[in-house]
Order: sequence, then structure tokens, then C-alpha cells
Amino acid sequence: MKKLTKTSRRNYLTYLIVIAAFVILQILRTTGAMSSSLKGMLVPICAYMVMAASLNLTVGILGELSLGHAGFMSVGAFTGTTVAIALQDAVPAAPLRLFLALIAAAVGAALAGFLIGIPVLRLNGDYLAIVTLAFGEIIKAIFNNLYLGLDSRGLHVSLLADTTNTAPDGKMIIQGPMGIGGIQKISTFTAGFLLVMISLIVIFHLTGSRAGRAIMAIRDNRIAAESVGVNITKYKMMAFVTSAALAGSAGALFAMNYSTIVANKFDFNTSILVLVFVVLGGLGNMLGSLVAAAALTILPEALRQFADYRMLVYAIVLILVMLATNNPTIKAFFGRLKPGSRSGKEAA
Amino acid sequence: MKKFTCFLIALAMVMSLAACGGSSNGGSSTGGSTTPAASGGSTATEPAPDGSTEAAAGAFKIGGTGPLTGGAAIYGNAAKNGAQIAVDEINAAGGIQFDLRYEDDTHDAEKAVNAYNALKDWGMQISLGSVTSKPCEATSTETYADRIFALTPSASSTAVIEGKDNQFQMCFTDPNQGTASAQYIAEQNLGTKIAIIWKNDDVYSKGIHDTFIDEANARGMAVVSDTTFADGNDTDFSVQLSDAQKNGADLVFLPMYYQPASLIFAQANAMGYAPKWFGVDGMDGILTMEGFDPALAEGVMLLTPFNADATDAKTANFVQKYQDAFGEIPNQFAADGYDCVYAYAQALQAAGATPDMTAEQLNDLMIAQFTSMTFDGITGTSMTWDASGAVSKSPKGMIIQNGAYVGMD
Repeated sequence: MKKLTKTSRRNYLTYLIVIAAFVILQILRTTGAMSSSLKGMLVPICAYMVMAASLNLTVGILGELSLGHAGFMSVGAFTGTTVAIALQDAVPAAPLRLFLALIAAAVGAALAGFLIGIPVLRLNGDYLAIVTLAFGEIIKAIFNNLYLGLDSRGLHVSLLADTTNTAPDGKMIIQGPMGIGGIQKISTFTAGFLLVMISLIVIFHLTGSRAGRAIMAIRDNRIAAESVGVNITKYKMMAFVTSAALAGSAGALFAMNYSTIVANKFDFNTSILVLVFVVLGGLGNMLGSLVAAAALTILPEALRQFADYRMLVYAIVLILVMLATNNPTIKAFFGRLKPGSRSGKEAA
Repeated sequence: MKKFTCFLIALAMVMSLAACGGSSNGGSSTGGSTTPAASGGSTATEPAPDGSTEAAAGAFKIGGTGPLTGGAAIYGNAAKNGAQIAVDEINAAGGIQFDLRYEDDTHDAEKAVNAYNALKDWGMQISLGSVTSKPCEATSTETYADRIFALTPSASSTAVIEGKDNQFQMCFTDPNQGTASAQYIAEQNLGTKIAIIWKNDDVYSKGIHDTFIDEANARGMAVVSDTTFADGNDTDFSVQLSDAQKNGADLVFLPMYYQPASLIFAQANAMGYAPKWFGVDGMDGILTMEGFDPALAEGVMLLTPFNADATDAKTANFVQKYQDAFGEIPNQFAADGYDCVYAYAQALQAAGATPDMTAEQLNDLMIAQFTSMTFDGITGTSMTWDASGAVSKSPKGMIIQNGAYVGMD
């Protein structure tokens, strides 16, 4: 049998760890050994994991800094939830409806990603970062002013003010600044886990493929890549749209875990939060992103007992982790353990 | 080396969790011997702390979430402090005992659900919901599903109580505020040409604006200027103010929270525009805002159910205690929090509830009590609730004079 390469070994290890974590958490959940606090965070953690992994594709693999990732999450959240509400009567089975909503969210966000990608991907570095930042704000402004009603005559859309004239038998789905209310909570932990797995499979297959090598070649040296005939725009777009689609489905998963969602939730702060997951987990390191997303979602809740000091403690922990992970001595120490990294982990 | 990064993060998580566990429940922390990726998560799964330490045996555990930090913190802290005063009074009097806990939700639905779950782990039996509307919409779905009774002091959106039999409000719903404001302005002849400045990405502001316009149209009032702002462009109001001024508005209705309102007053003052100002309960708190010159708010009218200047014994006692404890005049949110706890005390007493009952048993008792009882508090007398959970009480018009709220009637 062919020996596994280092990369694929690491990929399989990532799958394995995610599955193991899911099984353990699932056992804890069903046996009732899990606190309500953690139980309530399982789905958001999955959503943030997918967000982090997808942003890592743009930032770590493609090498372009995106500051508007929450914009795609927002597109996905609103598209997915709208589809789920519209299909409420047509598709009574919640898992199927969730599946369709996630697909719609991914398609919607991919479309947004494609449209924004056309102008944005002509830019590089800081300029690209600023334009994505603007994109996130535009999406927020649009959803804050969008009204969408559904009645027997179909969908009605209006901007700025509610002029949809939705018939009394229908209902308003998106109500401008009030966002979407009365969402049925159909997101489940299992769905979240599956979404994380699918995202990982998509990302690992993309990066391991010929296209993925082209994408990384663009990251490492754009001019060299172009000189050997790599189509820069095509491969950049491929990574960007994939990343957007995954973020969109994460948004839908997130939105359908709460009974209400507003556009302001997906603001600049959320984009930066996801970027922090990526940077903390390591650029290009998917497992790192997942762990960082889980850790940084749980951390603020775990710090609740510090009351007013928790924000301070959170920041200090963040700084310490950053320092620790970049400390040469610690790196060297673990470097020595590397050959036996498995036993090292068990000892931990 | 990437694995070590993960490992270290996981390690840091474990340490921090272990430290937390140690401080809260007497060193029962056993975090840390699982797979690396799961360690962050699974160590947090220790069973919930078995009750808070100081909780007297036989006390009802009531919990609420509210913004204790961030932009809306003044509301959360006021509601919490008001509720705390009521709890202290009731506990000191003997009889029913309460154990109150407030968790921070930073005015965010996601955080509010997290905060609610933390309270559930603590063993909350009856809930004070959330202080602000959107977070309360999210938590009310949870309390409804978990069958925990909730009485929110100040989450005024209708979505909070809609379709949920165990969600009740101590404050008016937003539509009521808009309608009541328009009625009040029309009946008292406060203005002929009305301008509205509102925040179009805020549930609260929009809810009031829409019903105000409906009522104003129904009454044939002239709304000459209707302008908006949103998060992010809420620092410069010159466009909105000059539009109102240009159209000759003599009364400007401000359905918003006090922070943007404070800027509007300052900027109108700078441009020499002095109409009558009319606000709603979100305006309450402007006088205690740091760095705000109360002189700018002179003559501002607002519709709020609570009047800190009222001379009745209950209000005077509350205001005195609040000032002693927190050094400021309580606003309407504090009074709502105070009333919520007293309403609970009355209902629990009448139902003969005991603290060893489960949240679900208490839930059924409270629904029966709240739909049938009449409650006299400091935010209104003879309050009643209908089955939908909305309160019925009459609003009071207030005006700011010499840096204090004074009743208008």
C-alpha cells in the first residue's frame, strides 16, 4: 500500500480528532453529564468552526486578508432562514428543511462571493482587505433595510420602508432592522458536526488538488505563478467562492439555532473575531482554527464568575496564548516530542 | 509545530477552566485528560456547581440577563440594582426568601442565550427574562421551551410575549408606547407640526415609530419630517435636525435610547434650534449619563411609567434606598426591576409556593396567579396582566426641569 504523505496523515488526524470530539460530547450530552451552558454552545461552536476553517482558506491558503467574512455569514443566515421559513409547510421534516436551507445559504453566499470577487480579486493585500471590510458593512446595511414578506401570492420585497403590502394571510419574514423573528430552532449538534466534517473534506480536497497547489503558488509568489501560466483570477476566485459558500452555510446553521437574528450581529466585530480564531489557530492550519474557535467561544462563558473582570482576563489569556505559541523555547520543547507526538498527547 | 499550537491552546483552556472551577465550587475541578481537540470542550462539562454558596436554604432562585457592560449597560445595571433592593427588602422582612442572580448578555441574543443557560446550570426557578428586547426574544423562546416562568422588567417588543403562555412583561409593549405618545401629544396639544428622528436598525425605535405614525395619521396630526439614522452614522444629526427645522417642526419626537438623544440635544443647541422634545422610556437615564450637561435636556418631555419625584411612601423609600446604595436617582428600568421582584413575592405568597418546587411547578402556579392578580407597584397601580402576558397600566408624562424628572400632570 502506498504510504500516506505527511499532509494526508495530518488531514486524517484532523478528521479523527473531530469525530472523537463529537462522539465524546454526544455521550456526555445523552448521559446528562453536560451543563446546559455548554449544551447551548455546541451549535454556535460548530458554526464558528466552519467560519474559522473557511476564512483560513482565504487567509491561510490563498494568502489574502479578508475583513468581511461575517458578510458572507450574514448572507447565508438570511438566505437560509428565509428558505427554511418559506418551506415550513411544504417540507415538514426538520432535518430535510435544514439541509435545504444550508444548501440555499451556501449557494446564496457563493453568489455573493462571486459578485464581490469580480472587483475585489483584482486587488491585493491591504486594498483587498479594505474592500472586503466595506463589503461586510454594505451587506449589513442592505439587510438592515430589507423587507421580505411571504403570502399566497408569493414573495414581496421592498427596501428602506415596508411597502411589501403582504396580505394578512401571509407573514413578514425579514423586517428590516428587526431582522428575522420567530425562527424555528432546527439546527442540531449532529448537523453542526456534519457541516464541520463536510467543510474539512472540501477544504482538504481543494488544497490537496492541482487547483490547491496553484492557489498556494499564488500565495507564495504571485509573479512566479503567473509566469508559469497559472490563471490567477480563476484560482483566486475558486478559493474565495468556496470560502464564501462554507461561511454562508455556517451562517444559516448559526441563525437557526436562535429564535431571532438581526443583521447587526454580523458586523465588523464578528469578522475580526473569526480572524482571531484563524490567527490564533495558525494560518493554513485547519485543526488549529477549529480548536481556537471552540476555545475562544467557550472561554468568555467559562470566565463568567470573574464578573466585570472577565473581559480583562479574556484579553490576558489571549495575549498569553499568543506569546506561548510563539515562544521558541516552548516550540523547541515540543519539537523534541514531535516524533512521539501521539504519546505526548496521551500524556497530556 | 501546528499540533503544539493546538495543544497549547487546549492546555491554556484547561488551566483557565480548572482555575474557574476551583474558585467557584470548592476545588472540584478535574479538567484535562482527554483528546486535545475535545479537551477545550469536554472539561467544561463538569456538572453544574451545586448551588451558590451563600444561598440560604429555602430561597427561590430568580435569575435574569441584561447588558451589564457595553453600550446599553445603564439599563441592565439599573434593572439589576432595582431588583436587588427589592430582594434585600423582602429577605429582611422574613417570609419568602429570594436569591437573585444577574448575568451579563451585552445586549446580544447569542450571549443572552449563553447567559440564560448559565443561570439554568445555577438552578434558576423563576426568571426575570432579559432587560432589552432582542436578547429577550431569544431567551423567551428558551424559557418557553424549558417551562420556566419569566417576567421581564423592560423588554418591550411584542415578539417577546407573542405565542408564549409563560412570558410576561412589566413594561409597556413598544406599539403601546408609540400609540400612547401620539395620544398624549394630541390630547395635551403639545405640538402642531411634528418631526420624528428614529433609528432604523433598532427594533425598539422602529416599533414605536410605526405605531406613532399610525396613530398620528388616524388623529390627523401633521408629521412634517421623518428622518432616520443607524448604527455607525449615529454621531452627526445635522441633516435630520435641519430637515426638521426647515419644515418648521415645533415638536420633535425621539423614539430612541438616550445616547444618540444626548448628541441630538447638543447639536440642536449648537445650531440654535429649540423645539419641544418628546421621548419615550429609552430617554430615561439621560440625566445620569457621564459627560452629559443636564442643562441641554431642560424641558424634554418623556412618557414613562415611573416618576422618581412621586411623593408616595413606596416610591420615596425606593428612591432613597437606591440613592444610598448606588449614588444616583433610579430610572424607570430600576423601578421595573424592583416591581418585578415584588410582583413575584406577591404571586408566590398567594399561590402558597415553596422553594423546593421545581421550575415547572412554579411555572404553572405563576401563570395562574399573574393572569388573575392585581398588583400595586411603583411603576403603576392596579396593574393587571392578560393571558398574552402584556401589562395594563397607565403611563405618566414627565418633564425634565432643573436637572430632575418632574411629573407633568
